Amino acid sequence: MPIEVNGVSIATDEEGYLEDLSAWNEDVAKVLADTEGLDMSNDHWEIVNFLREYYEEYQIAPAVRVLTKAVGKKLGKEKGTSKYLYELFPYGPAKQACKIAGLPKPTGCV
Amino acid sequence: MSEIKKFLYVNRKAPYGTIYAWESLEVVLIGAAFDQDVTLAFVDDGVYQIVKGTDTAGIEMKNFSPTYTALGDYDIKKIYVEKESLEKRGLTVDDLLDLKWEDEDEDWAEKDSIHVVSSAELADIMDDADITLSF
Repeated sequence: MPIEVNGVSIATDEEGYLEDLSAWNEDVAKVLADTEGLDMSNDHWEIVNFLREYYEEYQIAPAVRVLTKAVGKKLGKEKGTSKYLYELFPYGPAKQACKIAGLPKPTGCV
Repeated sequence: MSEIKKFLYVNRKAPYGTIYAWESLEVVLIGAAFDQDVTLAFVDDGVYQIVKGTDTAGIEMKNFSPTYTALGDYDIKKIYVEKESLEKRGLTVDDLLDLKWEDEDEDWAEKDSIHVVSSAELADIMDDADITLSF
């Protein structure tokens, strides 16, 4: 099902993940967040950008446990908890944040 | 909680040309995400999977070499490489990716994940595993 961003149609898979990672930009992220019913705050962006950097470095979207640990190390201990991440992304930080970040569904995410 | 089993993933094939290496890596990451005890072994052409400096531009494939460096994040600390396989291919441990894991109990000290073992030692490791998956 394609999404419409600034008049351009962008392809997503049946679960709403972008088919072409390179089609991502911040406007796309906002539309994706909208479909998830999320209002993007700076805290949301911080995690989304962190995920994009993680993907850039390792070529995978991390599992929740790995994401939590990595966020704690990089962005501060108080943010490296599942409570913090689930408050931002109620339907699962890896799943929802990855979708908004334009990444594929995390490996091991069922 | 379900019982934690010892999974051994044996990687025998060159990284590109077949889907085995990437499929193995995905299954490994899934297993580790579900808190299984994960051990990796690289033998035969499988040792090429973790050779450093891989560049896939010429074959237009996604380069998943960097993903091996995420294994430490997934608490995968036991990566065995067969000595004989390395020698036959003129490789040494210095040709391999520098794979590390961080020991939380020792203030995140970085430790080597890769251990070069003889084929006899690898046989013992296989013996010790509850489940062996060969790719």
